[in-house]
Amino acid sequence: MHDTSTHAAAHHGPPTSFIRKHVFSLDHKVIGKQYYGLGLVAVIIGMVLSWVMRIHLAWTAYPIPGLHLLSGTGAPGNVMTPEFYLQVMTMHATFMVFFVLTVVPFAAFGNFFLPIHTGAEDMPFPHFNMMSFWTTFVAFCVMLLSFFVGDGPTLGGWTQYAPLSAVGAVAGPGQGSGVIIWATSIAIFCVGQLFGALNFIPNVLDLRCKGMSMWRLPMPTWAWFITSCMGLTSFSVLMPACILLILDHVAGTSFFVASNLVINDQLQPHSGGSTLLWQHLFWFFGHPEVYIAIVPGMGIVSHVLITNMRKPMLSHRVLVYSMGALAVLSYMVYGHHMFVSGMNPFSSLVFSFPTLLITIPSTVIVLVWIGSLYGAKLRINAASLFALGFISMFITGGVSGFFLAQPSIQILLHATYFVVAHFHFTMAIAALFGIFSGTYFWFPKMWGRMMNDNLGKLHFWLTFIGVYAIFMPMHYLGLAGNVRRYQAFVVDYMQPLVGVHQFITIAALFTGAVQLIFIYNFIHSRFWGEPAPENPWQGTSLEWSVPSPPPHDNFGGKHPVVYHDPYQYGVQSSTGDYLMQDSPEQVKGAQDEP
Amino acid sequence: MAKLLAVTIVVIAILSAIPIIRNTWHPLPDVSAHGQAIDDQLSETMWEAGISFLASQIILAWFIWRYSGNRPGEKTKTFPGGATGLVAAAVILVGVEVFALGIFGVKAWANIYFTPPGADAMPVQVQAGQFAFYFRYTGPDGTFGAIHPEMLSEANQNFYGIDTDHDSDAKDDIVTAEMAVPVNREIRLLMHSKDVSHSFYVPALRIHQDFVPGLDLQIHFTATKVGRYEIVCSQLCGLGHYNMKAYLSVLSQDDFDAWLKKQAALQ
Repeated sequence: MHDTSTHAAAHHGPPTSFIRKHVFSLDHKVIGKQYYGLGLVAVIIGMVLSWVMRIHLAWTAYPIPGLHLLSGTGAPGNVMTPEFYLQVMTMHATFMVFFVLTVVPFAAFGNFFLPIHTGAEDMPFPHFNMMSFWTTFVAFCVMLLSFFVGDGPTLGGWTQYAPLSAVGAVAGPGQGSGVIIWATSIAIFCVGQLFGALNFIPNVLDLRCKGMSMWRLPMPTWAWFITSCMGLTSFSVLMPACILLILDHVAGTSFFVASNLVINDQLQPHSGGSTLLWQHLFWFFGHPEVYIAIVPGMGIVSHVLITNMRKPMLSHRVLVYSMGALAVLSYMVYGHHMFVSGMNPFSSLVFSFPTLLITIPSTVIVLVWIGSLYGAKLRINAASLFALGFISMFITGGVSGFFLAQPSIQILLHATYFVVAHFHFTMAIAALFGIFSGTYFWFPKMWGRMMNDNLGKLHFWLTFIGVYAIFMPMHYLGLAGNVRRYQAFVVDYMQPLVGVHQFITIAALFTGAVQLIFIYNFIHSRFWGEPAPENPWQGTSLEWSVPSPPPHDNFGGKHPVVYHDPYQYGVQSSTGDYLMQDSPEQVKGAQDEP
Repeated sequence: MAKLLAVTIVVIAILSAIPIIRNTWHPLPDVSAHGQAIDDQLSETMWEAGISFLASQIILAWFIWRYSGNRPGEKTKTFPGGATGLVAAAVILVGVEVFALGIFGVKAWANIYFTPPGADAMPVQVQAGQFAFYFRYTGPDGTFGAIHPEMLSEANQNFYGIDTDHDSDAKDDIVTAEMAVPVNREIRLLMHSKDVSHSFYVPALRIHQDFVPGLDLQIHFTATKVGRYEIVCSQLCGLGHYNMKAYLSVLSQDDFDAWLKKQAALQ
């Protein structure tokens, strides 16, 4: 396959106009940066929304200056109403899960680096790739619009459980137009991600350059490939589910609404639908989505660590097989979100076992990372610090999974802050650490300038301590039975827990403020950073063999040829302790994948 | 800086474990007949997860401490046994650990869900709606009257949509806003949602079950200690979700009889 691959790459000349170069660009690198920018805007929105929520949870009656600007009716006197709290919560999760955790580690970095890693000059279908970003951008704008239409965004949570989401405005503010906008935006988002996956998969399968066997692909590219396969199959379930939800609103269908429901003393004109159908469809997407967020981070962190350890991982293949096992199992475990949902209790046990099983590949990945640190010559910089932080976060998030995999323990912990702690550590914070690690590592290649490493380290230290201070106490809240998605704690046994919430809020505001260091560093380095050399970290994979930033067709009209596996470190070559993937030099001690 | 990171990771891991070891925050004391199995399962899992957590963080920290920096003259080394040993360790240690947990956990789950209620269990119905629970007792006839959704009206205080004029089963039904049960008596709880999904979460009783609109469910439990406990909704049900709660009083049989009589008089 790889003998002819470079000729199969889609050829398109360098763009000449501003619009074709920076806006409707076909270049995968520009598209990657566009995704990154979108993710950056979305993460700022998501973070500000989380501040608003946290302040409200800790000091419920405290007015938050300027809050009325976000909603005319939701914040009289700048104090949130209960419904506005839920609307903000829903939007926080939606922006973060879809437009940050899916977009940045997968679509942004993947678009920029996957074709370079495979030795291709672009994605196989550049027009689809451009449409992928712009479709996602439209989805983002539609989602933002919901703040300004009707009675605001939906309050149903990012999980949008039916029938609350399916019966319309009668169920509460935002449940009419808000849900329709939400479902429309997500359906559009799914289309965008399908366009993306349809580029990533054939690129890896068909556009690899000469000598680039599958086992010579770098870890992030394996991770993006596995993620694309998950995206292809899970977004294609969520999209029709969203369409069915919209039909329940606008076409008088009853996919998700059972008969004889009475809301606000009105008998609902629906019959025969299934409450649990939505949950099955949603979580069939929702659980793979967790791995869509985290698997690219695993690839990025492996890549960053290998370069900074100056030695390969113990086994490249074991990591790839484990990520593959996570992907396959992710479809079989989704029922653990539904242990107490009212599905057959026997099903809960059936879903419990693959959920427990999935800890094995996760543990293998962590042990391979830790075992690989043994005997390393670890360099400490912002990228490697965030990669090491990722491992610590992933361990912490992983062990709380032991609890939530068991139906009997979920009787205590389901829908409590224990769950909030678990998924933030794994899919949110670990994934964000993967994003930060990737950013500090690849910024020189993406923008041609170095980031300030000291500021990066400072950013790491304050963030690392901050996120533990935010999310670790949430485990304790969960053990004490503190239910999530409450806007205030009026239940007697939860009152003593408010102090913990206040501590968390202070930690969240602090950690959020710390991110300004990153934003300053990012913007300052983008324009005034030191020009980056071609290979600042003495890396070996193909992105380090091209200028920073790479030219329009990545390899300057040449067809790269690969001679080695991507991680030849700890060898003695003419360049030092590493051997570039495209170097024909043969050295002693090199262990090459065929 | 690597050493500082190693120390920070260990300090964070230990600080995180202290509240667990000291049991600063814990589930409400169990007052159910079935809850001990759940608590045992939680405590076993806490031990295994706690040891895994501390061991992994400490080894991570140790390797960061030990193997950072260029260390001229020293060559990079490979972990003894390579990946094979680690994969075997993960499969054997974690595999055995999680499957043991899983298999013991089945017992705790089966106690609740796969054992049918006794024939003499007392039926109580709970209806969830935005944003309140209502409870219904059968009255002397031992039968609940049928629910007529079209008659259900908060405004007319017909919370269950029962037809007391024509339905003889419904005439003696007792509808209450608080729940009371006799101590040490098995309760068969019939769960009905009138509108959207809700949940019936009573941490002290180790009960957690969602209401499924369109599908009435049944669970059963026995409360073993007199007292007043809280029922809360844990499934997002709309703007008043945080405020959807009710009290569950566990009373002696005599007190319960007196309470039910008083409630019947109020109908």
